[in-house]
Amino acid sequence: MTKQEYAGPILKVEDIHVYYGAIHAIKGISLEVYQDEIVTLIGANGAGKSTTLNTIAGLLKPRSGSIEFCEKPITHLGASKIVPAGLSLCPEGRRVFQQMTVRENLEMGGFTRTPEEIDESMEDMFQRFPRLKEREKQIAGTLSGGEQQMLAMARALMSKPRLLMLDEPSMGLAPILVEQIFGIIQELHGAGVTILLVEQNAQMALSVADRAYVLETGSISMSGPAQELAHNDAVRKAYLGS
Amino acid sequence: MMAFLSNLVNGISLGSIYAIIALGYTMVYGIAKMLNFAHGDVIMVGAYIAFCAAQYWGFPPVLALLVAMAVCTLLGVTIEKLAYAPLRQATSLAVLITAIGMSYLLQNLALLIWGANPKVFPDLIGLGSIALFDGQLVVKGATLVTIAANIVIMVALTLFTARTKMGKAMRCVSEDRGAAELMGIHVNGTISLTFAIGSFLAAIAGFLLCSSYPVLQPTTGSMPGIKAFTAAVFGGIGSIPGAMVGGVLLGVIEILGKAYISTELGDAIVFAVLIIVLLVRPTGLMGKATREKV
Repeated sequence: MTKQEYAGPILKVEDIHVYYGAIHAIKGISLEVYQDEIVTLIGANGAGKSTTLNTIAGLLKPRSGSIEFCEKPITHLGASKIVPAGLSLCPEGRRVFQQMTVRENLEMGGFTRTPEEIDESMEDMFQRFPRLKEREKQIAGTLSGGEQQMLAMARALMSKPRLLMLDEPSMGLAPILVEQIFGIIQELHGAGVTILLVEQNAQMALSVADRAYVLETGSISMSGPAQELAHNDAVRKAYLGS
Repeated sequence: MMAFLSNLVNGISLGSIYAIIALGYTMVYGIAKMLNFAHGDVIMVGAYIAFCAAQYWGFPPVLALLVAMAVCTLLGVTIEKLAYAPLRQATSLAVLITAIGMSYLLQNLALLIWGANPKVFPDLIGLGSIALFDGQLVVKGATLVTIAANIVIMVALTLFTARTKMGKAMRCVSEDRGAAELMGIHVNGTISLTFAIGSFLAAIAGFLLCSSYPVLQPTTGSMPGIKAFTAAVFGGIGSIPGAMVGGVLLGVIEILGKAYISTELGDAIVFAVLIIVLLVRPTGLMGKATREKV
């Protein structure tokens, strides 16, 4: 499959509003991701980062606004239509299928694809994550936190997404594993995967990203090149602890 | 000794029927996280359809069973779509009440269509009896067919959930609906499929139940339904082998209790055992305690 090039953004979110019952969680967020970028969303707990990703992935429905992926509207599609379109979310808290084996988890990641494609991607994943190959037949619930994070990322990649969304991949991991996970993110980027990354660890996120958006209580307060934001005084004060 | 063996075989047979019904409860609970109290009444509908097909329309037994399976599968999926699917985001109490309402609706529809007079279910299995140990132990054909059907169903379902793509998808939905959706699994479709399988099995259970206990009336499904639900909880609700073990044990306990302790207290003994098991193992015999790994 030859990769289709998009001059415009491959993901375009325009003025979405999301509610949890009466709570107005997302108040008009717009953002864009271009092909081959790493874009990060940073912000405090409860700013709406995960809600934004879950809405793009089709788990939540925006009350207004629009989402376009590869120039097609996906605002009202369910997750089961969005995945085959090439958009994959590796959710917060990893959420691997605890009672299934590593291999079965990966198979499920390729649910929308043919058995041949699954086999091919499985080989890729085992090459990229040799640890998963060693643990192929192990029940996912018995893996360590770092291994589960790798499994969750590999599972999200099994659908061969054009855009991979990662929600807090470093959450709850030891510093050395955080380094490792960010190393993998850069490798994936090098291999041509476009990434939308949500992180609490703003410093790490800004160091790998091309561009960043800062989220504050449901709306975007700042955006720009990651390097610039990393040196912005307000951002440093609020998110980088200096 | 022979009396005990005979009771044991009958217990396993009754338990096999409970197990097949319990599968419907346990799978629907596992996937849709709801207790489908109308499940017992789907069994009754299945039995009536098989009865009509054989008695009034003159279908051969196998065809009568197939028609009952088809009707029940359709009925189960329709019930889910019309009554339960709109409540996907509602509280579990609302769903529970709806299920109880659906149970009464089915019973009363049956009352309207087939009347209150019990029908005598014909012997559709028609294998006669087998005499063992010089005729000291007589086992009815229906009893053996029931046990065999249970074994076949268990093996088939175990293979289905362990090996096939749809079976694995069902396990995903059961474990984490949101994550399953992120895999591209069609959650609503998976829930429909679960209801289809459960109701399909309900038709078999209805056919087997009435072959062994041939009195058919609109409330025929209620008590076996409740007992099978008990069996599912007993074995560990959500677990397929649990439904099997829970069902068979419950049947054996019921028959042996009735034979050796007290006929009147048979059902009380069954529920007492359930209470004891749940006190010792709150998740049931084979239920997994959910472990959280940080």
